[in-house]
Amino acid sequence: MQQFVQETGLVVPLDRSNIDTDQIIPKQYLKSIQRTGFGINLFDDWRYLDPGEPGMDHSTRRINPDFVLNDGRYAGATMLLARDNFGCGSSREHAPWAILEYGFKAVIAPSFADIFFNNSFKNGLLPVVLTEAEVDTLFGLAGTETPIELTVDLGSQQVTGPEGFSASFEIDPFRKTCLLEGLDEIGLSLKDADAIHAYEARRRVEAPWLLRD
Amino acid sequence: MAGRTLYDKLWDSHLVTQRDDGSALIYIDRHLLHEVTSPQAFEGLSLAGRTPWRLAANLATVDHNVPTENQAAGVSAIEDPTSRLQIETLDENCDAFQITQFKMGDLRAGIVHVIGPEQGATLPGMTVVCGDSHTATHGAFGALAHGIGTSEVEHVLATQCLVAKKMKNMRITVTGPLGFGVTAKDVILAVIGQIGTAGGTGCAIEFAGEGIESLSMEGRMTVCNMAIEAGARVGLVAVDQKTIDYVKGRPYAPSGQDWDLAVAAWADLQSDADAVFDHEVTVDGTLIEPQVSWGTNPEMVTGVSGHVPDPQMMDDPIHRGAIERALKYMGLKANQPIDSIRLDRVFIGSCTNSRIEDLREAAKVVDGKRVADSVIQAMVVPGSGLVKEQAESEGLDVIFREAGFEWRDPGCSMCLAMNADRLGPGEHCASTSNRNFEGRQGAGGRTHLVSPAMAAAAAVAGHFVDVREWL
Ligand code: SF4
Repeated sequence: MQQFVQETGLVVPLDRSNIDTDQIIPKQYLKSIQRTGFGINLFDDWRYLDPGEPGMDHSTRRINPDFVLNDGRYAGATMLLARDNFGCGSSREHAPWAILEYGFKAVIAPSFADIFFNNSFKNGLLPVVLTEAEVDTLFGLAGTETPIELTVDLGSQQVTGPEGFSASFEIDPFRKTCLLEGLDEIGLSLKDADAIHAYEARRRVEAPWLLRD
Repeated sequence: MAGRTLYDKLWDSHLVTQRDDGSALIYIDRHLLHEVTSPQAFEGLSLAGRTPWRLAANLATVDHNVPTENQAAGVSAIEDPTSRLQIETLDENCDAFQITQFKMGDLRAGIVHVIGPEQGATLPGMTVVCGDSHTATHGAFGALAHGIGTSEVEHVLATQCLVAKKMKNMRITVTGPLGFGVTAKDVILAVIGQIGTAGGTGCAIEFAGEGIESLSMEGRMTVCNMAIEAGARVGLVAVDQKTIDYVKGRPYAPSGQDWDLAVAAWADLQSDADAVFDHEVTVDGTLIEPQVSWGTNPEMVTGVSGHVPDPQMMDDPIHRGAIERALKYMGLKANQPIDSIRLDRVFIGSCTNSRIEDLREAAKVVDGKRVADSVIQAMVVPGSGLVKEQAESEGLDVIFREAGFEWRDPGCSMCLAMNADRLGPGEHCASTSNRNFEGRQGAGGRTHLVSPAMAAAAAVAGHFVDVREWL
């Protein structure tokens, strides 16, 4: 898994709540059997004016000039700022894959949908929960003519930016360690193989119908 | 010690190990797989040289991509090469790892959340996961069931466990009795309308009360299915006699001595009387009327006798902006009566509403009537090959066909339009599915979430009507 320690980068303000995974990466691209190739179709329906299909040459499609991601000022941005309930909807891990491949390292919002939140950590994308007021402040700062940069530091759990902006965020220790070290979760869990076998042995007695082969 | 909730009990009985950092390993009894969220997981497993921990825990099927016409022609006849490759990839992975799969064309194949319960592969007291958010459906059996991502699919394959953190407990009590003609779909849409799409975030929701107890198992599945639309990964209903009667005799259900042991154990699958929930919500079930969604997320919903809201009446600017954007996308006017919304297409299907009772309810409404001329297409897509077979044995296919509906092969179909079934830009669809997000049923398509009976009535009238007047 990709590591996350500290990131500094431009912020794209995407001022919407309830951004669902169908918007993040529309279903037609889910037919891929690869883990890569999704970045070009991130926010496809909003980003392009014509409908997209897998396999087309997306570089020739008509760009929606009104969509914030297409604003040249934000080229190379690594931070995405959004409103409540980001990532709601389906469980597709293609959503964090697409966001990461586009170049974002962190998403900042007042709240995230559970599955998206979870999937992000598995891939080294950091979802940062700040308060409504802090996110409001950031929209105020990031929505002006000149884009702003933010720094997200995982170790100290701090987001810092211009005009003295500073906010801290919560993260559970297991996830923090996994991200900081880029750990393989499966390998970690397999260290508990004995405990899993012991559990199965106990359940074969308690609830034998569940473990028949 | 305070009593435990149903969720607490399920968690406790599946806890393998609790780690110091607050995370835990929980054991997974049943892992369902489908073609969209599994290929990268199998690839990861192969690359790491790992094999499935317990083969018998896994059950796979194809549903999202399958065409709903002429399935008998087989995988090689699928026109879209990317869909075909994804389905072939699952076939190959299941063959290579020796995982049981109901392949396309198998009578037992269908939408993964329909076939689990249908086969008895979903049992009370189990943990059930699948790389699909509507895994919440299986909670109707008093099982701890939720969607997972592809990395977790790989993790479950390799370890039979999931790294998890305990959720909060929420109880939604729906009082009763429900009104005449009000269905499970109306109940869950009304609940989401009340608590919002993030209302259950971080929680396992137990649905309780007369309004839930009075529902059939299929109705309870419809309710739990959409827990995720209320923000919760998990929906639950306590086990009662209906649960046990439904499970009995199904192919994967225990039998003989195992059955007796299981039934005895299942008696405890309910929240203790003194259990404490982190959040409690009560919904007055007696006031719920048939629901219709008017916007672009499932909380944008109202009763059929209602109106599209007026954004000007909203104080909160973010909320106002969201409604304005939704109305623009949906092509609706503020204050427009719901029954003035005209439909271009009607879709009866999806893991929310494609079971036999759903099809019976819809057939009852259309029997002897005709789909309105203004409706371009009305289709019924059964949830599984077995549902289709059952419906045909009852003559429901004839009722639908004579009314002008298309009668299709099973699959997800126009619920998410990954196959050829989809809306055109700007088209309004009365849909029994669960998501009305922008573009969900086809780019530019406009989805209205309703019950099967409401969808059927809308097909005949050409616009929304209060189906209670037709029953
Ligand atoms: S029917 Fe729709 S919601 Fe259900 S699993 Fe298929 S695509 Fe997902």
